Amino acid sequence: MRLISDLGKYLLLMKEVFVRPDRMRYFFRQVLVEFQSLGIDSLGIVIIISMFMGAVVAIQTAYNIDNPLIPLTMVGFTVRQSIILEFSPTMISLVLAGKVGSRVASEIGTMRVTEQIDALEIMGVNPANFLIQPKVFAAVIIFPAIIIFSMGFALFGGWLACVVTNIVTSNDYITGLRSWFDPYTITYALIKTAVFAFIITSVAGFQGYETKGGALEVGTASTKAVVYSSILIIVSNLILTQLLLA
Amino acid sequence: MIKAININKSFGDKHVLKNITTEFLPGQNNLIIGQSGSGKTVLMKCLVGLFGIDSGEILYDDRVFSKMSFKQKKSIRKEIGMLFQGGALFDYMTVEENVMFPLNMFSNMSLDERKKRVDFCLERVHLEHANKLMPSELSGGMIKRVAIARAISLNPKYLFCDEPNSGLDPQTANVIDNLIDEITKEYNITTIINTHDMNSVVEIGDKVAFIYKGELWWEGGKEDILNTDNKEINEFVFASELTRKLKQ
Ligand SMILES: Nc1ncnc2c1ncn2[C@@H]1O[C@H](COP(=O)(O)OP(=O)(O)OP(=O)(O)O)[C@@H](O)[C@H]1O
Ligand SMILES: [Mg+2]
Repeated sequence: MRLISDLGKYLLLMKEVFVRPDRMRYFFRQVLVEFQSLGIDSLGIVIIISMFMGAVVAIQTAYNIDNPLIPLTMVGFTVRQSIILEFSPTMISLVLAGKVGSRVASEIGTMRVTEQIDALEIMGVNPANFLIQPKVFAAVIIFPAIIIFSMGFALFGGWLACVVTNIVTSNDYITGLRSWFDPYTITYALIKTAVFAFIITSVAGFQGYETKGGALEVGTASTKAVVYSSILIIVSNLILTQLLLA
Repeated sequence: MIKAININKSFGDKHVLKNITTEFLPGQNNLIIGQSGSGKTVLMKCLVGLFGIDSGEILYDDRVFSKMSFKQKKSIRKEIGMLFQGGALFDYMTVEENVMFPLNMFSNMSLDERKKRVDFCLERVHLEHANKLMPSELSGGMIKRVAIARAISLNPKYLFCDEPNSGLDPQTANVIDNLIDEITKEYNITTIINTHDMNSVVEIGDKVAFIYKGELWWEGGKEDILNTDNKEINEFVFASELTRKLKQ
């Protein structure tokens, strides 16, 4: 019951969010600000996680290949496939759900409990549209860009691991990376990421917007934002994969 | 002029506002007083449309506000300035950006004109050199004053103030009261102020409405309130030792 009424409220809110902004100029400026705070500010952690992730996948793959008939170029190939198809888009999105989701929910939740949202409404601004739309917009554009970065750094991390540990030569790894490449896998990953970006920002925006009470409830809202958007990411990942790859 | 006709508001089965009918005239400080929890904030939020009402009508100069859609309300909202109990400044913007915000959204002024208007409003609240400060760097009284500057930046016809001087020292409270009074008289604004401060009542209360447990219990001017023999209002007004001594 709760779930259905929450879903209804979410959809009603989205109806308010996706209308034409009051002031286009202000909207674009806000999108630029959000590029910075939702995207560029997350680059550091994304790069670190991606490099380690790539390294671990490379070492594990090499470890699993003990049949002399399978060439070691398979390591590069497998790392590429798993990073592009799953690790970068899904895992990094889950990390971003934690970082960006909690940030968006607590920012908007704080504005709610300190009556800043009421203040906007009194002025005749549509607060849902004004606050949430630029965030969703910015995330849907910037997250795929971040994921491309993540892919690059993960593949580099894998290479570094191979070279440092000497299990696979640099040449073999790179040859593997370049074999049987299907550009559609990238398209698939980026579409997924854009959907996840929408989920993260709109769910977090909703949780923040519906906050009632005080500082404690803002904390609860940001936790809920992370939990719900993570679950939705996992579920929609399955659905999208079935739709796009099957 | 703002008119409230028979408005009722409940939260669940809690009947907070009961059949409130009154009117607030322009160029006057219309004070709403009453105990904590009597329904002052709810009444104010109903008047500006942040809460929907269950029954009754709200009129802004004969425009039926309570029946309007969000879009129609927008045109009236541009004529409303509101000071919230906690200030409600946008905390990621500087003082200047806060005051300029309504101008950015709803005026077609050039940047230069907007800056001038901001400086003018900040001057009105005696905060000439605070333009670049962030809300977190302001004191409680300064926050209220910036909030007033923001509320008047678009030259409102209607000004709502929810406890403009609660939590302030008597001197600063006085400064803020006088400020609101000045602006109201100068621009002929319909000003509505929630307060529990008896000092404000005797200083600037052109009209005083006393809310008791959600009902409009008594209305009158500041002269009448000290001389009425209404029991509840006497209990409210003369609750403190000081006011009782003053009466004698
Ligand atoms: N959003 C809400 N949901 C449910 N009940 C509410 C809500 N807002 C206010 N109330 C109730 O309405 C009553 C009146 O509250 P209100 O905030 O108007 O009091 P007030 O007169 O402004 O008090 P104070 O002087 O302390 O600010 C209170 O009993 C409060 O519990
Ligand atoms: Mg109140």
